[in-house]
Amino acid sequence: MEMVKMTYREALKQGIREALLNDERVFLMGEDVGHYGGAFAVSKGLLQEFGAERIMDVPLSESGFVGAGIGAAMAGMKPIVEVMTVNFSLLAMDQIINNAATLLHMSGGQLNVPLVIRMGCGIGRQLAAQHSHSWEPYFAHVPGLVVLSAGTHEDARGMLLTALKSPDPVILFEYTFMLNMEKEIASDAGAMDITKAKVRRDGKDITLITYGNGVYKSLEAAEELSSQGIEVEVIDLRILRPMDEETFLASVAKTHRALVVEDAWRSGGMAAEVFSRIIEKVFFELDAPLQRLCGVEVPIPYPRHLEEASVPQSQDIVSTIRKMMGL
Amino acid sequence: MVFLRAEGFLGASLEWDKEWLPQIYKIHMEKRAKEKKVSPGEQERHLLYQMMLIRRFEEKSAEQYTKEKIRGFLHLYIGEEAVAVGVTQALSDEDYVLSTYREHGHALAKNMDSGAIMAEMYGKLEGCSKGRGGSMHLFDANINFYGGNAIVAGHLPMDVGMALASKKQQKNIITCCFFGEGAAAEGEFHEAMNLAALWQVPVLFVCENNLYAMGTALKYTHAMQDLEKKGGAYEIEAYAVDGMDLIAVSKAANDAVKYIKTNNRPYFLVCNTYRFRPHSMFDAELYRDKKEVEEWKKKDPIPKYQQHLINKKLLSKKQIDEMEKQIEAEIKKAVIFADEGSWEPIEDLTKFVYSGQKA
Ligand SMILES: Cc1ncc(C[n+]2csc(CCOP(=O)(O)OP(=O)(O)O)c2C)c(N)n1
Ligand SMILES: [Mg+2]
Repeated sequence: MEMVKMTYREALKQGIREALLNDERVFLMGEDVGHYGGAFAVSKGLLQEFGAERIMDVPLSESGFVGAGIGAAMAGMKPIVEVMTVNFSLLAMDQIINNAATLLHMSGGQLNVPLVIRMGCGIGRQLAAQHSHSWEPYFAHVPGLVVLSAGTHEDARGMLLTALKSPDPVILFEYTFMLNMEKEIASDAGAMDITKAKVRRDGKDITLITYGNGVYKSLEAAEELSSQGIEVEVIDLRILRPMDEETFLASVAKTHRALVVEDAWRSGGMAAEVFSRIIEKVFFELDAPLQRLCGVEVPIPYPRHLEEASVPQSQDIVSTIRKMMGL
Repeated sequence: MVFLRAEGFLGASLEWDKEWLPQIYKIHMEKRAKEKKVSPGEQERHLLYQMMLIRRFEEKSAEQYTKEKIRGFLHLYIGEEAVAVGVTQALSDEDYVLSTYREHGHALAKNMDSGAIMAEMYGKLEGCSKGRGGSMHLFDANINFYGGNAIVAGHLPMDVGMALASKKQQKNIITCCFFGEGAAAEGEFHEAMNLAALWQVPVLFVCENNLYAMGTALKYTHAMQDLEKKGGAYEIEAYAVDGMDLIAVSKAANDAVKYIKTNNRPYFLVCNTYRFRPHSMFDAELYRDKKEVEEWKKKDPIPKYQQHLINKKLLSKKQIDEMEKQIEAEIKKAVIFADEGSWEPIEDLTKFVYSGQKA
């Protein structure tokens, strides 16, 4: 397979562009997606290519334009709504939960909402407490939503395309920390499955379950541990709701140990959900207590050293796994 | 410096009639008047000094950003100085001020220590928010400066609440909030305006219309672009002023403060202005013409006010030079203070999550 190098930003952009080319009903709307070129330069050039009907700059009105996206989806369009970052999504949370996620049920199955909401998220750019949130677990709590986390370049390239085929609302998390990161992906990369978690690295000694910003950090740690003789199986959850548990349950049944790594705050995070399922389904497979490395429960501070200390780093993963292996 | 602004308040209010002044306010002003007499032009020169200080401080911040001493988001106020200075001179030290992520100018105008701001932007423990906030989150409760909010329009409902509290406590102070024209599209703006009018609380809403919300021009974000007219929907008195003109802003702000104190009602002041610099340090400015920026630079509020004072014989070239030197010295001191500041130990990471908690 031919591989090409590209940034995470470029992967996102190619996905959006392909979606716009594929289907005339698709349009992108969000703050600064057009004239500014996208807050993170993801949609740069698309306004010039597709015009203002399909690349719509919107006012600072998150509740308004997310709600409008829901309406447009109900009435036959295929909107991609960009909420610049998850930090601002709280202003639209009522629309997302009380309308997008709920209409199908309330209407007795009459009204579905085929809407994709993309948002940048995560920590790592010294943007302080109000601009560094990792809120995947909030959204993953809500029945009716499909919640995707693009923790790799191939998912950044392809998840959107499949998401647009979903009859129900999809929240797609993208990671601003990774935007400039270059990786190799298949030159023909495109639509990705959005139902299954993925084993990103095979291993026999311990299962490491993660998503989002955690994926590359975990792979890095696994690489280092491999040189120390520990083979870590790294699983990228990818779909936080509806969660694919089979993949990680099978892995835990094989390795008998599990660690969850995530940037989100510890209490009530994805780790808690993953653990519950492990305990419910494969408790007797476990050889050691489950462990989690999560975000420290503090609003994210601005200074770099404190910001870094707020979320697990790959060295923390290495030392935790060594301990779990009794080293 | 503090007394000067207070005197300015008095100076600006000399033409007002005594009758309308509430009693407490009168006493307050008499107390102020006793503090010190100022020589002609001193108040004006002080306002000029503040504008020049903000300008130089912002230039220095940009410099420190390229040196990676300041990180994260940095939003500069260059070009908009007349708004912060003109509005703040109309306020008393007791009045509450709340602002956005583009708030260095407002903080300096409210007399926040420039060293504490610089140290904050470095992330040092000696910063005004102990380094936890950075550029977007300057706080100093001692001078009634309540942030630094980085969620657009996020502070507007809080402003109403602070004003509601001061009303209930019969404190006779104003809550003044600064926000951009982009923020005026948010529901929170409209909810806050309605609440303020409904409850008749003393809020001064100051909209800094710099024509862009990040890279999205006013014409793409507001169906009705005479923003002051939005006041009408809530029966809030409103006025639009040339925000590039310190004298005009000062007068409009004095009038607004007078109105609020007299009528116990909110006021909506739109200052039409322009930022000369990109939205933040990440902005490639694809959305506006260089020519447009150059046109606006001709309206630079600082040389305009300097010329005005020179014409009035309240300022000499020599005095400008002296001010520049003084500002250079103040900024140098701020940078040294920040450079010499300390990093908070990592063990203290979970501090300030709950009140009274031990680290
Ligand atoms: C609720 C919310 N949405 C989006 C953003 C991202 N953002 C930060 S500043 C800004 C533009 C704000 O423009 P305006 O209110 O005019 O203020 P200005 O920056 O021009 O001073 C945007 C979109 C944010 N911080 N908060
Ligand atoms: Mg603006």
